[in-house]
Amino acid sequence: MIEGPALWLFIAALGLGTFGLRFVFLGLIGDRPLPAWLLRHLRYTAVAVLPGLVAPLVVWPAATGGTLDTPRMAAALVTLSIGYFMRNVILAISAGALTLFAGLALLG
Amino acid sequence: MPSQSTNSPYWQGVRDGAPFTLVIVPFSMLFGVVGTEAGLHIAETMAFSVLVIAGAAQFTALQLLTDNAPTLIALVSALAVNLRMAMYSASLTPWLGAAPLWQRAIAAYFTVDQSYACAVVKFEQEPHWPMPARLAYFFGVVTPICPLWYGFTLVGALVGNAVPTGLPLDFALPITFLAMIGPMLRTPAHVVAALVSVTLALALAWLPYNLGLLVAGIAGMMVGAQAEVLLERRKEGRA
Repeated sequence: MIEGPALWLFIAALGLGTFGLRFVFLGLIGDRPLPAWLLRHLRYTAVAVLPGLVAPLVVWPAATGGTLDTPRMAAALVTLSIGYFMRNVILAISAGALTLFAGLALLG
Repeated sequence: MPSQSTNSPYWQGVRDGAPFTLVIVPFSMLFGVVGTEAGLHIAETMAFSVLVIAGAAQFTALQLLTDNAPTLIALVSALAVNLRMAMYSASLTPWLGAAPLWQRAIAAYFTVDQSYACAVVKFEQEPHWPMPARLAYFFGVVTPICPLWYGFTLVGALVGNAVPTGLPLDFALPITFLAMIGPMLRTPAHVVAALVSVTLALALAWLPYNLGLLVAGIAGMMVGAQAEVLLERRKEGRA
């Protein structure tokens, strides 16, 4: 593994690159008006990225070596349902965590 | 003054960010542990968490470096994991774009999954908030998250193998995100965008560099936007 100045250079490059990705639109476009079609797409960014980020973690959990697991699937469904119907994040997290603990205790 | 009260935008942000400590503490600690085990000095491990401040990319980079992958490959792979940050940046632009450049730069640095997700939900709920309120909320969400990310990286690096076992902390990340996604599904357009995203993310999980998520995200945005147009047209047709 690289070390010393090479490692520091690597960390700095990764930090700078990551900042660049975070800054590219917010920093460079600023308050210039964006076309309506683009704004419409941007309204769906969160709901198009986060579910795709989470889905593999639910279906192939690392903790089980990637096999579908009933307690984790149940916890995911309960969390999503409570979040959707109750619109309450804390309640959804609590219900999901309880489901996970109960499921792991029962099914182990 | 409403800004002095505990219900100010800043404190609303702190409260909305607080549940994510469940995720931040174990993951940052684990990164500290893995860094020390990989032979990094504490300053190097800390530099990752402070300069990069993106969990998945940090783990990817460290994994590839310890596997002795070519440095450039490690760099490109870790940056690819972070490509979604550019999408977050674009998505925040309509809300925060009018802030002064230095404030946008600080907000960009602190754009992580959690601060982004909380902020867009809140900004859509409170479209008339003035810029200072938006920024106060954003930095409120960051307050219980990012300092803990640094702090528990340090704890993990110092203490070594001290991540509590027996707790299913692996699932803290999916649960906190799913809890956020539920309230985001406000219209049929949001629901189809999410369904497309899930389907493509799973179907394209074999793609290297996490590119499946990027395709899934872009496709989800396109489908969501298209669905919004169709729904509006149908509404106009009925009116």
